[in-house]
Amino acid sequence: MNNPQLDADGRLRHLLSIEGLPKKILNQILDTAESFVGVAEREVKKVPLLRGKTVCNLFFENSTRTRTTFEIAAKRLSADVISLNVNTSSQSKGETILDTVDNLIAMHADMFVVRHSQSGAAHFIARHVPNHIHVINAGDGRHSHPTQGLLDVFTVRKYKPDLHNLRVAIVGDVLHSRVARSEIHALTTLGVPEVRVIAPKTLLPAQVEKLGVHVFHDMKAGLKDVDVVMMLRLQNERMNGAMLPSAQEYFKTYGLTQEKLSLAKPDAIVLHPGPMNRGVEIDSSVADGVQSVILPQVTYGIAVRMAVMAMLSGGS
Amino acid sequence: MTSENIKQSGADNLPNAEELLNILAQKLEPLLRPNTALVGIQSGGVWLMNRLLTLLKSSIDKNAVEHGTLDVSFYRDDYAKRGLKPENRPSQIPFEVENKHIILIDDVFYTGRTTRAAVNELFDYGRPASVTLVALVNRGGRELPIAPQIVAADIPLHATQNLQLIQNANGNLSLELISTKVAQDTNE
Repeated sequence: MNNPQLDADGRLRHLLSIEGLPKKILNQILDTAESFVGVAEREVKKVPLLRGKTVCNLFFENSTRTRTTFEIAAKRLSADVISLNVNTSSQSKGETILDTVDNLIAMHADMFVVRHSQSGAAHFIARHVPNHIHVINAGDGRHSHPTQGLLDVFTVRKYKPDLHNLRVAIVGDVLHSRVARSEIHALTTLGVPEVRVIAPKTLLPAQVEKLGVHVFHDMKAGLKDVDVVMMLRLQNERMNGAMLPSAQEYFKTYGLTQEKLSLAKPDAIVLHPGPMNRGVEIDSSVADGVQSVILPQVTYGIAVRMAVMAMLSGGS
Repeated sequence: MTSENIKQSGADNLPNAEELLNILAQKLEPLLRPNTALVGIQSGGVWLMNRLLTLLKSSIDKNAVEHGTLDVSFYRDDYAKRGLKPENRPSQIPFEVENKHIILIDDVFYTGRTTRAAVNELFDYGRPASVTLVALVNRGGRELPIAPQIVAADIPLHATQNLQLIQNANGNLSLELISTKVAQDTNE
């Protein structure tokens, strides 16, 4: 089957989802990101790879962290960056997505970073653009958020280098989470032997076990002896209906507290993609505790996004 | 010693890399003074540097010479054409570059493009007092106004010939000459 993410030589052309990417490419992204981590610690935090290129951040849906880290990543590669909050401009005047994209191509954009509330939006744009233009999915609906999945496994690998020997639990609102899907695909592709999802039935997609995960509804049983706890944000804005009794009730059952975390391995690490709802899915003492690697995730996110952009651009 | 690894085609009698390394060490020693650092360029330059750290240990310790490594992948001038090489390693410069005398170490000096990239990268760490280029072999064919100050051997080669430094399983270094039909990538 034709994979729109790879060119005829098997090189990365667009990054749309982790599903369908070979292990080799994932490892190449992570290894390259390793080289970019040091760039941020130097006197001059820039390399000249994307000098003269224009990167367009096309955000049809709000985001602060993702947009900012993509912007910093592109700037550290010496690209010119334009960030557009499209929901507040052309779209509200009735312009179609492809018209917006075509106009930016006419301004000689070289790369699009796309976030959209509809699943498949980045694929749609990738199919439309000419060969020399690259598309990165920065989150589409419930489908995929590949750079988040990659930065999460990068962070895991930093603290737990032997991925083939890990037990990972993903906790919370899996149903609405594109992050969870990307994490599951990244972890299983890279050979993590046991990935668990812990959530109430109402927040799990049907047949989630087909993704190769073990399902737990009891958080205490699910956290037992895990090496990594990946928390998810409770996505209230995507919920239409009574999926939960209340936020307080949710915290009692699925919120990560020190007490529940003590069931995991003593050296287990805690991740969260942000933004955090303190006191809903995670207790402040855990979020700010010694096992939390939530802020390193943000730092590594820049290196991972630099790696993806550097691998996409060049080699024309 | 390592002649079984040498694929000679065109130029016979390639010098022994281990002997060249000793010559390089002798020539390099007078440059080791206080406030100096060695920087190996991946991969061959790093192998050479690691060997020189042992060979010149007393001078290095006496002058507190520091060392680091550069991978110039992010500074290469053929990125637009060829993209990022799949293999790249983090550059590691664990000392202040500002006002330091830097000795760059490369294996085979050819066009000067790798040196250009390395110097550009180095300056993103700070402003060195001076930069000296040291190479095991100068094979001729430079394309930029850059030349090594110290080499162990000059081996003029044709553009279709590719001279590579190889690190053998036992850690010993050897030179390998490969002939190609077309001129090799001039970014080596």
